[in-house]
Amino acid sequence: MKTLAKDPLNLIIAGVGGQGNVMISLLIGKAFIKEGYFVTIGETYGASQRSGSVMSHLRISRENQYSPFIPNGRADIILGMEPVETLRILQQFGNSDVITIANSRLIHAAGMEYPSLDKIVAAIEGLSAKSWLINATDEAMKLGDPIFANMILIGALVGSGIFPIDKKSMELVLRESFPGEKFDTNMVAFNKGMELVAQ
Amino acid sequence: MSGVGIDAPGSTQLFIGNEAIARGALEAGIGVASAYPGTPSTEIMASLISVAKEMNFYAEWSVNEKVAMEVAAGASFAGIRAITSMKQNGVNVAFDFLANLVMSGIGAGLVLVSCDDPSTISSSNEQDLRNIAKWLDIPLLEPATFQEAKDMTKWAFDLAEELNTICMIRSVTRIAHARGNVRLGELPKKEQKAHFDSICPVVPTLPKFISYPSAWLHSQLHAKLDKARELFESSPFNWYTGPEEAELLIITGGSCWLYSLEAVKALKLENKVGILKLGTIWPLPRKLIELHLGKSQKILMVEEIDPFLEGSIKELVADLPPATPRPTFYGKHSGHINAYGELNPDLVIEVIASIMNLTYESRPAEYSKKAEEIPFTYMPPRIMTFCSGCPHRATFWAIKNALRLDGRDGFVTGDIGCYTLAIGPAGFFQMRTMYCMGAGAGVANGLGKLGQFGFNQPVLAVCGDSTFFHAAIPALINGIYNKSNFTLVILDNNATAMTGFQPHPGTGVTGMGEITTAVDMEALCHSLGVQVEVCDPFDLENSTATLLKAIAQDGGPRVVIMRRECELVRGRRDKKPPYKVHVDPDKCLGEACGCDRLCTRIFGCPGLVWDSESGKATIDETICTGCGVCTDICPQGAIIREAV
Repeated sequence: MKTLAKDPLNLIIAGVGGQGNVMISLLIGKAFIKEGYFVTIGETYGASQRSGSVMSHLRISRENQYSPFIPNGRADIILGMEPVETLRILQQFGNSDVITIANSRLIHAAGMEYPSLDKIVAAIEGLSAKSWLINATDEAMKLGDPIFANMILIGALVGSGIFPIDKKSMELVLRESFPGEKFDTNMVAFNKGMELVAQ
Repeated sequence: MSGVGIDAPGSTQLFIGNEAIARGALEAGIGVASAYPGTPSTEIMASLISVAKEMNFYAEWSVNEKVAMEVAAGASFAGIRAITSMKQNGVNVAFDFLANLVMSGIGAGLVLVSCDDPSTISSSNEQDLRNIAKWLDIPLLEPATFQEAKDMTKWAFDLAEELNTICMIRSVTRIAHARGNVRLGELPKKEQKAHFDSICPVVPTLPKFISYPSAWLHSQLHAKLDKARELFESSPFNWYTGPEEAELLIITGGSCWLYSLEAVKALKLENKVGILKLGTIWPLPRKLIELHLGKSQKILMVEEIDPFLEGSIKELVADLPPATPRPTFYGKHSGHINAYGELNPDLVIEVIASIMNLTYESRPAEYSKKAEEIPFTYMPPRIMTFCSGCPHRATFWAIKNALRLDGRDGFVTGDIGCYTLAIGPAGFFQMRTMYCMGAGAGVANGLGKLGQFGFNQPVLAVCGDSTFFHAAIPALINGIYNKSNFTLVILDNNATAMTGFQPHPGTGVTGMGEITTAVDMEALCHSLGVQVEVCDPFDLENSTATLLKAIAQDGGPRVVIMRRECELVRGRRDKKPPYKVHVDPDKCLGEACGCDRLCTRIFGCPGLVWDSESGKATIDETICTGCGVCTDICPQGAIIREAV
């Protein structure tokens, strides 16, 4: 049985309402459930479809069920679906060992000026022990729908090797979750994500 | 069978608390489930209704929570186990029936699930419904984990039958909407037969299901609670972990148990701090608590919202023999924990550290310094707004313009739904009162009768389509009867959109997907003798003119229905936008226009973006849903829509 480098393993998925946080956390959570872990997922609801800042907290343990809140400063991995949201999470939950994978495609905040992307990226890198910034949305648009950014990010997470779930376990979950052709397209996106972090 | 109905006993699923509760109800063999949607309770019913047909039970979205409670009680009276679920505010609506139901007792197992919302994450207020169980003299269980949410719900039906009273489960947002491990049990396979037998066991000539005006029945309720207390003394939902003699004893339950566990672990106090975890919250197991009170001279109560455990346990201590040493209590009364808002591991760590005189560092100070130095401007806040393409944005734009054109300082009274966002920039701050379901129309009734005091401001009450059926109809009838001067605007998007697009009496389809009579809201209004206009909110010109005309009228209420399907529902079905929208950079004058960024700053659809590099507006094609409404607000005609 695989063990965790750290127990509990704390992963935060950060994004904007409507991007698909809940879907990503559920797919990753299911992969861990299949391998016999305790999984707790805490979500932001309410704002979720209304363009607010949203985050999912995933807590994985061999020992027991954890609460759906990762304490401040205790995230191990941050999966960011949007740069500003990634930074927001790093500021509160980051620490000297945190590893970040983030989508570099921005989503404007209604009525607000968006800061320079270069500065945001520099701040993300400055607060992460290791980080990957990938343009998952643009890659997803090439596949026909920005929603595939989510699968690209899951692929990147698995491909980065920082995560005790391999391609085979994730593929099993995706096969159960997406029927027929949908599975194939999602696998293309997943593989793209793996490829992007391997470069 | 998928979802909560999966027939795989022994398997582990990743369920949200609401699904776990639904599964518990299935394992208990319910025959009927009823609910009105409300965050954070909605998914209990949503997951039950999705399997009802296949699993051969009946489930419905009811018109409101009182009726939902009565539907479930009806089934219980005829020997069918039933569950009803609602958010905390819903229990207020159902309360009148509940307070009478407890007097008679029940038939088959009957369970009420209330999902409280500490910190008002998706609610208009904060209430601690544990108090309601105490008020009603009914047993209350509160799950601490997803597994318990399932197991307790299943057991609650047995308990209700054994005690002959409705049993209540209190959940909170962080159980309801969080996800975790749930190991499944067996699903019952037996057939159920309903029969209404109303013979009273005490006096056979009297019917049983009556709330007799009888103080003796009230005393019987207390006897049921005494029996519940005895059962709870040995309940597997209560337990203690920690040393036999503790420096600090934490008494907790529900979502706060996991926070307490983690806090003790984070501070490495496992050998010094004990935790008494309670799952049977009302009535409290007195002997069990007394037994553990002796473990420490310091007691900390960790609970959310009201000092419910704290007050109840202090009462219990007051009754102990005079010679018993009195511990020092820490909690809400002492000011260590707030009597409002939700808790989390950080807050509990802070409280324990202060009582135990410890310091706790969540991460290296150097890192914190670096993180806190990041300028605020790097992280612009995201204000909640209507979705891209939402008809409500167009409606409130029309309302704002109509009220401004009328010029008499008119205003909007409102209530609960997606459109509640109109209290803020999403709806241009148009909504000036907001309370419970239907309250906009009710409050408008009072305002509309103030003419004799010189009041001449137009009053526009708004309510959603589902809210109209839930609670606004009596207010409209009251207005007609009492000739109150207001305009009722029904925001008809053909769904209970805020909670996930559930059908309602106006949609022509039941929760289980059966075609049914659609209650025609225009015909209903006509039959009441009230004038009705119907508008498409996307037609800003006609909507504004129609509203202006309605506002200008005097006398009794008139109704304007703003009808346009919820964009999320349309988008999911049609898969393509009606228009392709873009900004013509030659026509957009940017800052030179004088409109002061009307489209991105005021209209504020998330699909409209201010491009600071070019100094012009643009469209984010990944977000725009192609409604094309913004074309009509741009003073330069720079936003172009082309039919797809």
